[in-house]
Amino acid sequence: MELVADIVSWALLGAGSVFIVIGGIGLLRMPDFFTRLHPAGITDTMGAGLILLGLIVQAGFSLVSLKLLLIMAFLFITSPTTTHTTARAALAAGLKPLLAPEADRKDG
Amino acid sequence: MFAVATIAILLTMAMALARAFLGPTVFDRIAAVNAFATKTVLLIAVYDFLIGRPDFLDIALLYALMAFIGNIAVLKYVKYGDLSMVADEPTSERREAAE
Repeated sequence: MELVADIVSWALLGAGSVFIVIGGIGLLRMPDFFTRLHPAGITDTMGAGLILLGLIVQAGFSLVSLKLLLIMAFLFITSPTTTHTTARAALAAGLKPLLAPEADRKDG
Repeated sequence: MFAVATIAILLTMAMALARAFLGPTVFDRIAAVNAFATKTVLLIAVYDFLIGRPDFLDIALLYALMAFIGNIAVLKYVKYGDLSMVADEPTSERREAAE
């Protein structure tokens, strides 16, 4: 049973790490502020969720996993809210998203 | 595997910091700092399991709470130029009044 929990938690931790690094790279590579919000969101929800899930599986049924569950639930609620408020504040400040040049826009 | 997760988190923190330094607009910096703060929460959680003493998880939880509030406060300051006024007035009059 212990081996299964180890393998499952290692797989979750590995997947979480992969998502986090992808989010980090996306944070650097994206051309515009609004597109950068997406990878920042990826690391917050997917990366953090998988890593915390892996830790919960590792911690088993205890107070520690309750705390980890609380952290995970809190991150899942606040991360999208923060991304939303940041985007709204940027739009209110007049930061225009980088759209395709006029010539090759599909919707005319 | 905890070491792998720790290295990945440290790498992402470095990238978020790089974006915070490079970021042209102030909102890039806010988003980067927010991503950095969330990674700090993760780093504390993973490091606890690395050293086998899960005592600092409360700190990680508190830090997640504070990072969120801090982010909203910075956004409000940037958006309204001031923290102390009522938020329902339109931004434009507020900006002229400030100048």
